[in-house]
Amino acid sequence: MKRFAAFVLTLLLTLPASAVEPSEMLADPALESRAREIGRELRCVVCQNQSIDDSAAEVARDMRRAVRERLAAGDKDEQVFAYMVARYGDYVLLKPPFKAGTWALWLGGPLLLSIAGGALLFAARRRKPITPPQPLSDEEQRRLDALLKS
Amino acid sequence: MNRRLLFLLPLATLALMAGFFAWSLLAGRDPASIGSVLVGRPAPRLDVKPLREGEPPLTDALLKTGKPVIVNFFASWCTPCLAEHPLFTRLAERDGAVIIGIAWKNKPDEARTWLKRLGDPYKFAGADLEGRAGLDWGLSGVPETYLIDGQGIVRRHFRGPITERDLNETILPFLKGAK
Repeated sequence: MKRFAAFVLTLLLTLPASAVEPSEMLADPALESRAREIGRELRCVVCQNQSIDDSAAEVARDMRRAVRERLAAGDKDEQVFAYMVARYGDYVLLKPPFKAGTWALWLGGPLLLSIAGGALLFAARRRKPITPPQPLSDEEQRRLDALLKS
Repeated sequence: MNRRLLFLLPLATLALMAGFFAWSLLAGRDPASIGSVLVGRPAPRLDVKPLREGEPPLTDALLKTGKPVIVNFFASWCTPCLAEHPLFTRLAERDGAVIIGIAWKNKPDEARTWLKRLGDPYKFAGADLEGRAGLDWGLSGVPETYLIDGQGIVRRHFRGPITERDLNETILPFLKGAK
């Protein structure tokens, strides 16, 4: 039992490893933690759905380095994002911005959910209440008694 | 309303999805394509160390000469680069194209050996050992190729190796037409 508990605990404590190497990190812990947060929001351009923080790709490493260089040069977070968008487009943002081309993406889910919920509610209210079963008439009761006796 | 028609709803959904998938397959839509934001904009900064010894570094001045230029990022370790290389040789020798080659994340001596072995189509050649220029150019890997007009505006951005078809249908008409 103890062994099993230890096993479960190990599983729970295992976190996905970040690809950031110690040699890449900034000496200033505050700046480094900002770099990590930005890195988690930027998409690696060669690996579809991994952040640059998680990816071991060459390009992802270059992007992590550039993020740290911008931060060390005094850029605000938004300026770092703008720097990347100027080079790779909105594609690099794991959270796409809300604009003309993406409103369907942002609103589509909630819209479909409310339509489906509305339809369900409508159908539920239209359904006729189930009528309780009628008690047996005297004639039926007699037949039933006769059947049970025989 | 005929309630029976409601039973057609799942079928209609299926038809809609099938239509979307068919369009995705047939229209040549590539979900892995990340596009390029550079097209239509002035070319990014060019500030790269020379690849061949004794040559000046690559600068922005090379991109605004009034004549179209081709910028090609390559590496000696990159197999698709090997595949597209003869096309650049042909563009340089037969069509007189000005091609700037940038060796990306490639040791300069290895890139030079590679060019010595296969022929060197690059009028100007740079070495971007750390990938800094690559980042400025929105590079995702090698090879990638950019067509830049005489005013220094990026007109096309190929991600991946160029093909015979790209050469005939896009690059040659561009070289003829671009001012």
